[in-house]
Amino acid sequence: MTTASDSSSSMTKRPNRLFKNWMAKLASVPMILTALVVFVGGTAWTIVYSFTGSRMLPKTKWVGFDQYERLWDTDRWIISIKNLAIYGSCSMILTLFLGFCLAACLDRKIRYESAFRTIFLYPFALSFVVTGLVWQWILNPDFGLQNVVRSWGWESFTFNPLNDPNTVIYGILIAGLWQGTGLIMCIMLAGLRGIDEDIWKAAKVDGIGTVKTYVMVIIPMMRPVFVTALVLIASGIIKLYDLVVAQTGGGPGLASEVPAKYVIEYMFRAQNLGQGFAASTMMLCSVVIILIPWAYLEFGGKKRG
Amino acid sequence: MTDHLKSLLVGGALICGSSAHAVELEVTHWWTSGGEAAAVAKFADAWNATGNTWVDGAIAGSGGTARPIIISRILGGDPMAATQLNHGRQAEELIEAGLLLDLTDVAEAGGWADIVNPSSLLDSCTLDGKIYCVPVNIHSAQWMWLSHAAYEKAGVPVPTDWNEFVASAAKLQEADILPLAMGQQGWQQNLAFGALTIAVAGTDAWRAVTVNKDADVAAGPEFKAVFEAAANARELARGSNVQDWNQATNMVITGSAGAQLMGDWAQGEFAVAEQVEGTDYSCLPGLGLNDVLDTGGDAFYFPVNDDPEITAAQKELAALLISPEVQVSFNLAKGSLPVRGDIDMSAANGCMQKGLDILADGGVLPSGDQSLSADTQTQIEDLMAQFWSGDMSAADAQESYADLIRKAD
Repeated sequence: MTTASDSSSSMTKRPNRLFKNWMAKLASVPMILTALVVFVGGTAWTIVYSFTGSRMLPKTKWVGFDQYERLWDTDRWIISIKNLAIYGSCSMILTLFLGFCLAACLDRKIRYESAFRTIFLYPFALSFVVTGLVWQWILNPDFGLQNVVRSWGWESFTFNPLNDPNTVIYGILIAGLWQGTGLIMCIMLAGLRGIDEDIWKAAKVDGIGTVKTYVMVIIPMMRPVFVTALVLIASGIIKLYDLVVAQTGGGPGLASEVPAKYVIEYMFRAQNLGQGFAASTMMLCSVVIILIPWAYLEFGGKKRG
Repeated sequence: MTDHLKSLLVGGALICGSSAHAVELEVTHWWTSGGEAAAVAKFADAWNATGNTWVDGAIAGSGGTARPIIISRILGGDPMAATQLNHGRQAEELIEAGLLLDLTDVAEAGGWADIVNPSSLLDSCTLDGKIYCVPVNIHSAQWMWLSHAAYEKAGVPVPTDWNEFVASAAKLQEADILPLAMGQQGWQQNLAFGALTIAVAGTDAWRAVTVNKDADVAAGPEFKAVFEAAANARELARGSNVQDWNQATNMVITGSAGAQLMGDWAQGEFAVAEQVEGTDYSCLPGLGLNDVLDTGGDAFYFPVNDDPEITAAQKELAALLISPEVQVSFNLAKGSLPVRGDIDMSAANGCMQKGLDILADGGVLPSGDQSLSADTQTQIEDLMAQFWSGDMSAADAQESYADLIRKAD
């Protein structure tokens, strides 16, 4: 996704600057080659070997679409896909919403703004593994949140998302939001600070309410900020792995499995490279399916038209 | 990661320092818990006493974490001198690719074929008539651990087999005790299922399915009974919200759960809690129904090395690991059973003695690791994870299980 936005900025410069700064371009050749060999080459290699019956070592024993048939026949994969869909859509919407709301609150020139900013951004400094463990403890019914509320006297209070197969993914979502919202808030805040004060004055003169100004004027002006936030959130969703490993280990049962975990476990624990490659190819496909129309609308269509 | 980096550096140092006479061998393993580390130290001491140097390459995390690191180092051309793996089919492809040292001459010189008991341990080190690993211990999974405190509280005698346990479960529940502690991880649930299979269906049916991959038996009446027993056990374990196996063992230790199905390594936890076998807890090998144990365990493999001096040292180490004194001190520290039947293990505690008796009587089975590929094992673990923590019916689970056995290679 980042490559897409990079190429767009170079696209606008391309007509007259192709041979300007040729030294810099020469210097970036090694990076370009690395990207081509490691990313493109590695991706192609993975796709090719997903059509083989490779076990621990890659072998060119062609099996056609067998690995894919098995993949889509596996309950665990289907559960993983569903979980990612739930986590992804909730995380996308809620992170953007909460991040913007927090940023808007901070932008109302409140007191101790920098203290709040630090508090909200702090979770982002923690790794996913730490976040996962912390929330595993907080959500543990025996000595976490549920126990604390019960000790206050609300005996029937029940909040035990991690041990119920139907709600466990929301328990992970809570931890993911806790960690990710702060960064999005900071990006949004930077965007809000970039809005000219005169806009607010003009809105005031016209008698437009604060909320309406945000929704109708400010948010449309912050489009590039939203795009950046979107890219960051989306890449975090696809990568979702360490949070799950630390928080639930995929359990209870298979209820919080995610595709990245399937790939890793089938490649290394089950020593079935072909199956892992097939799963990672499917992950790539889903990204490409979402990315291409979006990139076309965002960068292709608009700039040309 | 830093550990990995460190082991890379150590590997580098190994190459530089190999011209010296006393040979440094880097040994990787995943024995990092208290008792396990003490056991590894016995190996290291014995090896250092020969004038060589043991460079310890412990990899934190379980086998699932360590195995990929070990295998990728061997594949990546940065092999350690020796490494732990579970014997079985895990190293099959590495051997086929010619990456592991052939130990046949050491084995013949040491007469391993005569001393290793059960001989299936050596068979799983053997490929095409050549021996590639040295077995160091036996771990068996078919044990039930019972809390005396829990049964005292419930006012019923401690059961002596699985059926009595099931019958006593209602009393336990009345006393607000969870009958069966179960960590919510696929491998533990698979282990419990395996133990139930051997106890309920018997060894013949187990062998037909696991060793011969007979899907008809897996779909047949013996396994129907197993899946029904497992579905019953699932109900007895409802509300067991722990993840790790030692947390589940801890429930048995504290008496908040009646029993746990877990391998013989659980007794290390009882020992750490200073509990005494027979008064604080009981162990039932084969769940008290069928006195058989499987014989999985650990083995050491030696990646091929160009340096003849290191190769010679690797063979020396291989011979040392299986020598009588080292076997006794290592297995006593680890709480596992030795791989040779001709040594004195009288210092072992009650549960280990029970295991030794079963071994001496020949009540042994190969472990799942030895018969099923890692791929099939993982698929079965996934099925078990789904079965134990959801409400999949016994019939559905049996059908999926038979299907996996049919497709197993």
